[in-house]
Amino acid sequence: MVNNTTHRKKSIRTWLPTALLLAPASLWYLFLLIAPLVIVAVFSFGARAPEGGYAPAFTLEQYLKLPTRSTPFVNTLWLASLGTVSCILIAYPLAYYLATRASAKAKSILVALIIVPFWTSFLIRTYAWVTILSSRGIPAILASLGIVHDLVLLNTPFAITLGIVYNYLPLMTFPLYVSLERLDKRLLEASKDLGANRLATFFQITLPLSASGLITGSMLVFILLMGEYLIPALLGGGKIFFVGNALVDLFLQSRNWPFGSAVAMALNFIMIIIISVYLWLTSRLGGESREEVSLF
Amino acid sequence: MRDKITTSLRLYSILIYIFLYFPIALVVLFSFNSGNYAADMQGFSFRWYGETWRDPFVLEALRNSVFIAATSATLATVFGTFAALALQNVRGWLRTLYDGLIYIAIIIPGIVIGIATLIFFVQFFGWLNPWLQILFGPSAPKFNLGLPTVIAAHTLFTMSIVLVIVRSRIAGMDRSLIEASNDLYATPFNTFWQVTLPQLLPAIMAGFLLAFTFSFDDFIVAFFVAGPNTTLPIYVFSSIRRGVTPKINAIATVTLIMSLGFLFIVQYLLTRSNASAKKDGE
Repeated sequence: MVNNTTHRKKSIRTWLPTALLLAPASLWYLFLLIAPLVIVAVFSFGARAPEGGYAPAFTLEQYLKLPTRSTPFVNTLWLASLGTVSCILIAYPLAYYLATRASAKAKSILVALIIVPFWTSFLIRTYAWVTILSSRGIPAILASLGIVHDLVLLNTPFAITLGIVYNYLPLMTFPLYVSLERLDKRLLEASKDLGANRLATFFQITLPLSASGLITGSMLVFILLMGEYLIPALLGGGKIFFVGNALVDLFLQSRNWPFGSAVAMALNFIMIIIISVYLWLTSRLGGESREEVSLF
Repeated sequence: MRDKITTSLRLYSILIYIFLYFPIALVVLFSFNSGNYAADMQGFSFRWYGETWRDPFVLEALRNSVFIAATSATLATVFGTFAALALQNVRGWLRTLYDGLIYIAIIIPGIVIGIATLIFFVQFFGWLNPWLQILFGPSAPKFNLGLPTVIAAHTLFTMSIVLVIVRSRIAGMDRSLIEASNDLYATPFNTFWQVTLPQLLPAIMAGFLLAFTFSFDDFIVAFFVAGPNTTLPIYVFSSIRRGVTPKINAIATVTLIMSLGFLFIVQYLLTRSNASAKKDGE
């Protein structure tokens, strides 16, 4: 009995400060993350008020209208895929070099140099390419050299893909580097000793064992690209619309909130699918690599 | 054969580093251009820095950005550190819930946060303002989108970043000192103030600087919830839309130098705190 009350007193003494310390963060998560996402879900079933904004209703009308706005989704999905694959192809050799060939001393600096641009302003990094690709930039230089005339680089799918690779390369390189760094180098020697050539070693050992970094990097890049606004707005010149551009238009310009909410819900749905695939892949991978380790 | 591959990989990596830094370097270079066009070099001068500094719109945007970043970084640091300390004592489903929320707040694209916060505040103010009118009459304050809404939205994700940084420092902290302090009859408050906090301070300061940088550089969230106000990124964005002016290069250079300086301090604080954690462990 006595034990019980002291126990209870002690538990009050721990949970009360815990609850108080957790209160501000909890308020923020409740009112600025959970509640708003619930409101977006509710709005997506609503109707548009005559003066813009939201009128209460329960209808699937907004979702049925989604196919009429499929272009931004198609653009986003294919350019995000192209951008992610380009990031993988360009980042892999770099991550491989950093993890296996760079000297231990240079490594930490070289890895830091990859991450630094990622923490600087996204807007400024994208703006830099606007200057380079605009008619006064590379096209002007090429024209003055007499190589190509009237080359248009800005406002093309190429400019958007370049912007994606430039901005998201660090995000792909870092997880790849971490997974390659962790790779047990003795496996590579064993493979060589057993007579496998370089290509076979790469495809049978290096690539599968760096799969976790590959998947993490791809998921991060793809998810952020789903909400991308600045790259298509500045490098695509508003000609190639992404979902992000459609959302800005629907919420800030035409003020069609219910339809905008339906578009946002579709975007959230795609992101949930990506995260589920990611979790499924990593859990499968985790199981397999454990088995492999136990085999040795 | 191996050397050949190493050499070509090294060459390739050098090219990638040039690719990563060349555009940024170009912006810095152009900012010192005396000519009228961003991409048309005339000669070295500080002309555009002077013109930028005298532009009242730039100064207004800069003031707003600094105010938003300083306030939201302070809130984020306090709330994030509090939550990181509290979550040590939370287990089970509640812990899973918070881990999920932290993860979502960090990974979710800014545009979704922007939209959600916009809708929330517009609905909330739409409900609140009539009540204020009824209670306090026509002179009652009327709430609208503005700098406070940007601060609230920024605090959501910067708070989560501070939380993650401080939490990893707590995990690497030397617990024997806390136990010793408790054994020597220090009150929990004194133990926290004299033992725990000094160990966490580098991580807390690093979190503050990262939060400040994130808030200062953010465009998309502010674009949605700033109402009629401009921040520096909103000003830069609309200037690019209107046509590139050399002033943007000057603003960009100053912003870049600030972020790089902060990042350098963050790196220093975190490596030093990790090194001392290792030393403590020995």
